[in-house]
Amino acid sequence: MKEQLEAIRKGALEAIESAQETAGLEALRVKYLGKKGELTAVLKQMGGLSAELRPVMGQLANEVRSSLETAIEARSGILSQKALEARLAAEAVDVTIPGKQPPMGHKHPMYSVLDEMKEIFLNMGFEIMDGPEIEQADYNFTKLNAPENHPSRDWTDTFYLKEDSSILLRSQTSPMQIRAMEGCGVPIRMISAGRVYRKDEVDATHSPMFHQIEGLVVDKGITMADLKGTLNAVIREIYGPETVTRFRPHHFPFTEPSCEVDIQCYKCGGQGCPTCKGEGWIEILGAGMVHPKVLRNCGIDPEEYSGFAFGMGLERLALGRYKISDMRLIFENDTRFLEQF
Amino acid sequence: MKLSRKWLQEFVDVGPVNDRDFAEAMTISGSKVEVTEDLGAEIKNVVVGRIQKMERHPDSDHMWVCQIDIGQAEPVQIVTGAWNIHEGDWVPVAKDNSWLPGGKHITRGNLRGVKSKGMLCSLKELSLDERDFPYAVIEAAALLNDYKPIDPEKPSIPAGVVPGHKIFGSVRAAFVTKVESLGGGQFAVSCDSGGTYHTITTGLANIHEHDTLALDTKTEHICTLADLHAEQKEFPHCIPDGIFILHEEGIQPGDDIRPVIGADDHVVEFEITPNRPDCLSVIGLAREVSATFDLPLRLHDPEVKGGADGSLMELLDVETPDGDLCPRYTARMVRNVKIAPSPKWMRERLRSSGVRPINNIVDITNYVMLEYGQPMHAFDYRYVKGGKIVVRRARTGEELTTLDNNVRKLTPDMLVIADDTRAVGLAGVMGGLNSEIVGDTVDVVFESANFEGSCIRKTALALGMRTEASAKFEKGLDILNTLPAVNRACELVELLGAGDVVDGVIDILNYVPQPRTILMDPARVNALLGTGIDPVDMYQYLERVDIRTEAGDFPSAPAEVVIPSWRADVEGIADLAEEVARFYGYNSIPNTLSTGLNQRRGWTPVQQAENTAGALCRAAGYSEIITYSFISPAYYDKINLPADSPLRNSMKILNPLGEDTSIMRTTTLPSMLEILARNCHYRNKAVRLYELGRTYFAKNDGSGMAGEPKVLSLGGYGGGMDFFQLKGAVEAVLEGLRIPDVRFEAETGNPSYHPGRCARVFRGGHLLGVLGQIHPAVAENYDVDCELYAAELNFSALFENMGGAPVYQPLPRFPAVTRDIALVCDKALPVGKLEDCIRRGAKGLLKSVSLFDVYTGKGVPEGKKSVAFNLELRADDRSLTSQEADEDVKGILELLAKELDSVLR
Repeated sequence: MKEQLEAIRKGALEAIESAQETAGLEALRVKYLGKKGELTAVLKQMGGLSAELRPVMGQLANEVRSSLETAIEARSGILSQKALEARLAAEAVDVTIPGKQPPMGHKHPMYSVLDEMKEIFLNMGFEIMDGPEIEQADYNFTKLNAPENHPSRDWTDTFYLKEDSSILLRSQTSPMQIRAMEGCGVPIRMISAGRVYRKDEVDATHSPMFHQIEGLVVDKGITMADLKGTLNAVIREIYGPETVTRFRPHHFPFTEPSCEVDIQCYKCGGQGCPTCKGEGWIEILGAGMVHPKVLRNCGIDPEEYSGFAFGMGLERLALGRYKISDMRLIFENDTRFLEQF
Repeated sequence: MKLSRKWLQEFVDVGPVNDRDFAEAMTISGSKVEVTEDLGAEIKNVVVGRIQKMERHPDSDHMWVCQIDIGQAEPVQIVTGAWNIHEGDWVPVAKDNSWLPGGKHITRGNLRGVKSKGMLCSLKELSLDERDFPYAVIEAAALLNDYKPIDPEKPSIPAGVVPGHKIFGSVRAAFVTKVESLGGGQFAVSCDSGGTYHTITTGLANIHEHDTLALDTKTEHICTLADLHAEQKEFPHCIPDGIFILHEEGIQPGDDIRPVIGADDHVVEFEITPNRPDCLSVIGLAREVSATFDLPLRLHDPEVKGGADGSLMELLDVETPDGDLCPRYTARMVRNVKIAPSPKWMRERLRSSGVRPINNIVDITNYVMLEYGQPMHAFDYRYVKGGKIVVRRARTGEELTTLDNNVRKLTPDMLVIADDTRAVGLAGVMGGLNSEIVGDTVDVVFESANFEGSCIRKTALALGMRTEASAKFEKGLDILNTLPAVNRACELVELLGAGDVVDGVIDILNYVPQPRTILMDPARVNALLGTGIDPVDMYQYLERVDIRTEAGDFPSAPAEVVIPSWRADVEGIADLAEEVARFYGYNSIPNTLSTGLNQRRGWTPVQQAENTAGALCRAAGYSEIITYSFISPAYYDKINLPADSPLRNSMKILNPLGEDTSIMRTTTLPSMLEILARNCHYRNKAVRLYELGRTYFAKNDGSGMAGEPKVLSLGGYGGGMDFFQLKGAVEAVLEGLRIPDVRFEAETGNPSYHPGRCARVFRGGHLLGVLGQIHPAVAENYDVDCELYAAELNFSALFENMGGAPVYQPLPRFPAVTRDIALVCDKALPVGKLEDCIRRGAKGLLKSVSLFDVYTGKGVPEGKKSVAFNLELRADDRSLTSQEADEDVKGILELLAKELDSVLR
């Protein structure tokens, strides 16, 4: 009997070791350990053994059973691992095949820049105001202290909707300064961005419709140093913390003192190159202290309140930011252009 | 405004500051420099030379081999094809390895076997012309040895013509035996006209020994091409062009050519803002330079000797009946005028300032205008009828031919300079042709007046003739400047020997200016600038620009300051603050951040909704576009708007750039279609676009203003685009904005859309917009043959119908029962009606209805369709039994059968 058991163990272990599939392994389990299996058949002969031999054989038989069970379990683990590996290998994909992108729309680059500007000012405690594009000459010019004969009032420069030149397409966002002061009173910290219109033929740097962003701060004790501090902070957010700026005197009818602000050319670092037309500086915005006449025009006492205002063209900012060579691309809306941003 | 640094140097000695530093300093103090130019930058290695010897080229019929002294030990040999040169002439020599304007590089060469170490230069090659050097005009004789017959078979002059051969009349061929230069461009030419010998003085510059002339033996006149009625091609080398022969004093061989021709100047071009017309002059800019560099300004009081015959009072009478338009009229007279070119220094300064020299009198008026900023005009006195000048408004129907030879129709709001009978000039704009300074002008009236700015501006604008003078007048000039300017002109006349100045000045002042004072308050200036500048320093900065206290001191307290007459722009404390800041330095002002917060800040609800709408469109795959607010009226035809559509009532731009941008849009649809079509024509395949843009409607409330409602428009084509893709995007946007109870209704009457593929979208009773496929006929109007889709959503309707913040609904705790039902109904019945009916028929257990199939064909009767829905039923407080669910479905089916005659398939 001992020989039988040993033969079963040997044969079974060999068979288990060489089993290649889970199904074959299961068949072996049945063959050896099942109710009608070989080991069971041997055990059934136990009754014919002597009392001394029975426990010995019983122990041996249990040993064999347990070694077969262990072997089957081990083999089963290996086989299922192999099966998994085979499945995974079969399921492998070519990862260089392009992905299936969900459709994604793009923000217009001009408005990306505008939104960035808005965020900067909102974080500084400003509000954003919106106003009419079809505007009264009073707001676009007169209340902004533009003299009656100012060239920008010419029909060659500004679009008019009334023969008496009283209604026009705003040529700047500055009328929003007046609307803010008249409509909200002081104190004011606001920006206003939007479309403006001038009679320029379309070319690489001009468009009859373009965008400006205007800012206005009016409160007690506002100084030109505040103007500089605010604009320098904003410019460094847009152009980077190392940006060098230059403020130089200029003239706008609605501010006094007035200035234009240049940044040192980011391409040549001020040495002079084609980007800055050899000047080493790039003009980016106009600003100034709100003219006392403008404050007075809006019912604000310039003896008590002061303020600063600024304005800048958005197209130029966007063109510079994304190195876009031609303003016409902005309004052409070719998807091959839009999808780059 | 172009400023010659040489000219500036007369008023301020800036020292050896280079152009870049000069420009930087001026820009920082407020005079923005556009560009600086070194006039001689392009000229290198070009010197003065003297022709020592000339020989004809051994292997050419037209070239000369010259030996030129350029101040070196040995002369250089240069070959030239020009014929106007002679031994002893002074010429510009471009040496080997030299540079000329336009980047022209000159190197040594070989011309038909003869070495040439450079080039002799013409005026043009030095970027000059005859107006710069009037003496350099070249006239050429017709040399018979250069004759090339037009028809070789029939020459007018025989080859190898001999002296004495008759050309025509008394004109004979003459052989040149000797040419002697007399200086000043004159030559003594000795020749033999066939046994008769002549010596003729001539200015014709191309004659040399051994040439053959055509000589009129009667008049001893050497014939030119014109005299022979010859064409240039018959005498190819006898041309009115050649080398620039220098007639300058004190030049030496080897001298740099640049100072000789005035190319050693540097020109600085300024951007002058409209508030500073005083800076449109050399003196005005010199004041700014003096203030910027804190250097003394050396002004000069013109001195006029006068003494010409006659009394000004008797010669000239001036009346200014329209004194409101002519605050001041100043005039002087010059007699015995000798019109000639002006001297080199004056021509150079004019040229550096961008003004072409013409003749001494005209040049003087231009020179004074540039120097003083005061426009001047010179009339020929003989055409001032009655010796009387009347400055008056033009008469109705009056006409004047201006100097530019155009007939101008005048109106009574224009101001003219007239004599007794007629206009002789358009005040402040341009002179009249009838009183122009001409070659034989003898007596001249110099006008130096102050005209009212807006009158001049309107005149110039109405006639479309903005001139240098009108541009200055319209900005408002210093009324005190007219007298010094006219005196300066007379001083220059005497300096140039151009005529005799009559004693006295006519000076009519219709407005007497008073000195203006402003209270300067240093504390307020510091408060406005945010600085702590010492008051004494402030008064010193102001003094640099001639703003002084009445006592001329520098106090530390507020004081009245006197504003100079040329600074009309300085009106109040803010202007004084700017003057102080300019010289203190804008960049020295500290940087601070204002304190204080506002009630209003951050995004408004509308702005948040706009941001959300944009983000939703992009999430749906739509990209943002920006289109023009103005369109062409023809665009309404393109989108098939009926002729009587109220949308055609656009606000019109009265002065548009063109028809295409002439009206304000009332709909964004044509803008979107334009962009879709453009992309389609670029062959961009799958396109999805959106814009949140304004439309414009007249308010008609008398204000002239517009309502400017925003429209969210979506558009697309390709990439599987169909009605339901578009609708899905619209639904996503509406859902993202939390707009509840959205309903779509078929729209068959919108002329821009496909009648079977268009819907209006509502929230309850509120119309939100329209969407659908663009009508194929409209697409065809845009030359597009694919299906275009668009949606137009009224943004304020979207905003007003937005739902509030979401409220949490508990998640289901009990399982749902699902039932699929397939209904057979009329083919024309909208699915929406079935769905609506299903919802109404349910008894509170139905949680969702979703369509999963619409089928027509086999098994479904003709005229019917099968529509299949998946119903989900659930109770919140218990597990539903099948019976309960079936009960509910039964109710639904009953209602469907009753209302829509649709039954289970």
